[in-house]
Amino acid sequence: MSQNAGIEVRVWRGGAEGRYQTFRAPRRENQTVLDIVTWIQREADPTLSYRFACRVGVCGSCAMTVNGKPRWTCRTHVSKVASGGRLTIAPLRNLAVIRDLATDMAPFFEKWRRARGRFEAAISRDDPLVPVSPESPERRAADAAIECINCAVCHAACDVVAWRGDYLGPAALNRAWAAWNDVRDGDRVGVLAAATSEAGCGNCHSHQSCAEHCPVGIDPTRSIAGLKCAGLMALLRGEL
Amino acid sequence: MSARLFLLQRLTALILAPLVLVHLGVIIYAVRNGLSAGEILERTRGSLGWAAFYGGFVLTVSAHGAIGLRSILIEWGGQGRRSATAIGWAAGSLLLVLGLRAVWAVTGGGA
Repeated sequence: MSQNAGIEVRVWRGGAEGRYQTFRAPRRENQTVLDIVTWIQREADPTLSYRFACRVGVCGSCAMTVNGKPRWTCRTHVSKVASGGRLTIAPLRNLAVIRDLATDMAPFFEKWRRARGRFEAAISRDDPLVPVSPESPERRAADAAIECINCAVCHAACDVVAWRGDYLGPAALNRAWAAWNDVRDGDRVGVLAAATSEAGCGNCHSHQSCAEHCPVGIDPTRSIAGLKCAGLMALLRGEL
Repeated sequence: MSARLFLLQRLTALILAPLVLVHLGVIIYAVRNGLSAGEILERTRGSLGWAAFYGGFVLTVSAHGAIGLRSILIEWGGQGRRSATAIGWAAGSLLLVLGLRAVWAVTGGGA
């Protein structure tokens, strides 16, 4: 594609009901999908609503559906995803659309809370630090899950979330897995009880769409499998 | 599904796997000399072993099928938890009654 020819971009406009609006944006070298959306908002239609902050893959706020797949748009190069020189950009799936490309993230973060994702301190700041070996199996498991940027790409990719809206989803359960493996947490059984609740890990079909689409390479399916196993063992031991 | 339903679903699957294999093996073995009601009943009637085998089969299938149906109803049927649970109980109970009646018919005195 010649850089001067520009690129045809279809962008979702409206809320749950809406339509795609077509723009033609200039192509530039090393251009990201977020660059395109920002160009449209600044140069073509300032009423376009979308969300971003850091632009470097840290904050997790710019995720959208690009040509049918959930992606972090700030680190997605147009050249990698523009099939046939066209882009179709829509809001993330499985979340209510506020307007255009901005979704309501509140239910997503509420699920983190319901999965007991918050750290519960077992000691106070006056107590000595708890030593945690980086080599311990628990810490290694927590490390594999800890780098989540809360972008909701996995939540949008998950078919089980699409089927039953109350399912806690891969991101919240991945966080629960990290909390379960944090030996400093004061209520690990509480984490497991939340993660294995009716809306919890037992609903995962292991499709692995979350792992396939996670932009930072986390494997939430593996975390959920760990929760399933830990939940079964705790139940058999009579702890749940 | 809850942790208890998840455990029950996995345990029944664990039990069902060998039972299904034996059941399929018996089907293949049984038709070798032609399949007749008389031959089947000759093997099963009065047999405590077959009564226990298929009685256990029916028990585990009833639980496993009911839990699976409940999940399908919630995920694909648009049902709420309460109605899906009620339908699951009804389907499981029906499977249990029909299944045990059939087991009794071929292993006991006849239906």
